[in-house]
Amino acid sequence: MTRYIIRRLLLAIPVMLLVAVTTFLLLHMTPGDPVSVLLGPDATVEQIEEMREALGLNDPVHIQLLNWFRDLARGDLGESIFLGKPVTEAIAERAQPTLLLTLLASLVAICVGLPFGVISAVRRGSTIDVGAMLAAMVGISMPTFWLGLNLIFIFGVKLRWLPVQGYQPLSEGLWTSLRYLIMPALTLGAAQGALLARMTRSMMLEVLHEDYVRTARAKGVSERRVILRHALRNAFIPLVTVIGLTFAVLISGAVVTEQVFGIPGAGQLLIRAVNRRDFPLIQGIVLIVALLYVIINLIVDLIYVFLDPRIHYS
Amino acid sequence: MTVVERPRALADQIRPEPSFGKRVGHYVRRHPGGVLGSTLVLLIVLIAIFANQIAGQDPTALNPAERLAGPSAAHRFGTDNFGRDLFSRTVHGTRISLGVGFGVSLAALLGGIIFGLLAGYYRRLDAPLMRLMDAVMAFPGIILAIGIVAATGQSIANVILALGVVYIPRVARLVRSVVLSVREQAFIEAARAIGVRDWRLLGRHILPSSWSPIIVQGTFVFAEGVLGEATLSFLGVGPPPIYPSWGTILSEARPFIREAPWMMILPGIALTVTVLSLNLMGDGLRDLLDPRLRRRA
Repeated sequence: MTRYIIRRLLLAIPVMLLVAVTTFLLLHMTPGDPVSVLLGPDATVEQIEEMREALGLNDPVHIQLLNWFRDLARGDLGESIFLGKPVTEAIAERAQPTLLLTLLASLVAICVGLPFGVISAVRRGSTIDVGAMLAAMVGISMPTFWLGLNLIFIFGVKLRWLPVQGYQPLSEGLWTSLRYLIMPALTLGAAQGALLARMTRSMMLEVLHEDYVRTARAKGVSERRVILRHALRNAFIPLVTVIGLTFAVLISGAVVTEQVFGIPGAGQLLIRAVNRRDFPLIQGIVLIVALLYVIINLIVDLIYVFLDPRIHYS
Repeated sequence: MTVVERPRALADQIRPEPSFGKRVGHYVRRHPGGVLGSTLVLLIVLIAIFANQIAGQDPTALNPAERLAGPSAAHRFGTDNFGRDLFSRTVHGTRISLGVGFGVSLAALLGGIIFGLLAGYYRRLDAPLMRLMDAVMAFPGIILAIGIVAATGQSIANVILALGVVYIPRVARLVRSVVLSVREQAFIEAARAIGVRDWRLLGRHILPSSWSPIIVQGTFVFAEGVLGEATLSFLGVGPPPIYPSWGTILSEARPFIREAPWMMILPGIALTVTVLSLNLMGDGLRDLLDPRLRRRA
C-alpha cells in the first residue's frame, strides 16, 4: 500500500508539470503577436516593445518556459497588467468568497444528493423515486446560470427574502454573509446534487442485491440498520470519489455562479482578466484552479486506499 | 434425463438475437425517455432548419421604440433592451446552439478516435498520448475552454475548438479501451497475417467494433457542447455578441430581471429542453446499442 501511495504521488508530478506547460502555452496560442492584441490598435511601437520586454516575450521560447518554471518554483506568477500588483496577491484577495461559496455548494450537493439517492433506491419505482429521478435529470440538464436567474427572480425580486446580488465578507458577521450566499450555493450545488443522487441510487441498487444484505435481513436485522449499516456503508466507497470531486468540480463552476450573483470572487476576476486580455492573471488563475483540481483528485485517490480494504494495490 | 434436457438448452443457446425492428418496438415501450428525447431532438433540428419560416422577424433588427416591451400580439415573448424580438432571437439561437454542439462533438470524436486508435494500437505511443490526455483532463473543462478562447480570440470556430479539446480525452479513453480488447482477437491476427496494412486494419477492422459506444458518447458530448457554448456566451467569452446565442440573450437579460423578466424565460426553456432531450437520447441510445447493458437488463 505504501508503494501504491508513493507511486500515485510520483504520478501526479508529470501531470502537474504538463498542466504548468499547457498554461504557459496558452499565451503562445494567440495568433499573431499577443502584445499587439493586448494593447489594441492604438499602441505605439515603444509601448509594444516595453510590454514585450516586461512579459519576457523577447527571449526564445525554451528560455521563457524555463523562466516560467523558475518563477513558479518561487511562487511567483508574475504581475497583473491592469491591476498593477502580483497575480498571487490579486487571487488571494478574491479567494474567500470563492472558497466559501464552493464549500457551501458542496454541502448543498451532499445534503440533497445522498438522502434522495438512498430513498430512491430503497423505494424503487415509488412516486418519490420517479419524482426525484425526474428532478435529477432536469437538474443535470438545466444550466446553472438559468437556475440562478430564476432563483433571483423568485426569492430576490418577487418575494424579497434574499439579496439579489453581491457579497458580504465573513467579517461582517456570519448571518449577513450567509444571506448573500444562500441562493448562489443552491444554484451551484443543484446540478452536482442531482448527479450525486443518481449515482447514489445506482450504487445502492447494486448493493441491495448482494448476498450479505439478504443475509442481514434473514437474520432479522431491522430494515433501517440493513440500509444504513450494511448497504450504504458499502455503496459509500465508490461514492467517495464523487463526493471528493464535488469540491473540485464546483470550484470551477463558481466562475459562472459568481457572474450571475455579482460575487467578487476569483471567478469574476478570471472573466475580467479575459475581457482585458490580462494574460499573466488569466494564466495564474487557470493554473491555480487546475493544480487544486489535481491535488483534490490525488487526495481522493489516497482516501480510497484507506477506505476499501478489499483492494490490494501493488 | 440429460437426453431430454440437452436439446432444449442447445436451442436456447442458438436462438438468434431478436431482430433490430423487434428490439426497437420493445425499446419504445421500455424506455419512453429515450423516445421522448429523440423526438424532441428531431423537432429542435427542424426548428433550426426552418428558423426563417417559423420566426419571420429579423432577430438582430434594433427597434428602440419598443425597448423592453412585454409580451404582445406583435412580439409574443416580448422584446429585449434593444427592442429586438425575443421569440425570433430564441428561434434563430437554435442554429448557434445546435451548430456549435454538433461541431464540438464532431471535433471531440475526430480527435478522440485518432488519439484512441493510436494509443490503443501502438504500445509505444500509449503512455505518452494517455499522459497528454490526463493533462487535458486535469483542467476543469470550463476553465480550460475559457483559457483557450481567451488566447485564440472570440469566434464560433475557436469556441468549437476550445470545447472540442476539453472533450477529446473522454472519447480517446473510450476508443483506446475498445481497441485494447479487440486488438488481441483472432480476426485481427488473421488480417495482419494476410498483410493488411495498419491504417486499413485500424479503420476497417478495429474502428467498426467501437462505433456503438462512440455514438453514445458523442450524444453526451453534443449535450455538453450546447451547455458549454451557452455558458461561455453567458460569461461573455463565447462567440461574438452579434450572434443571438441563448447564453448571450440570458446574459443580456440579467441586468433587466426586475423590469423585463420575460427576457430570460424563452431562451432558458429552449436551452434546458435541448440539453435534456440530448441527455435523454444519449441514455436511450446507450440502452439500445450497448450490448453489455442490454444483457444485464
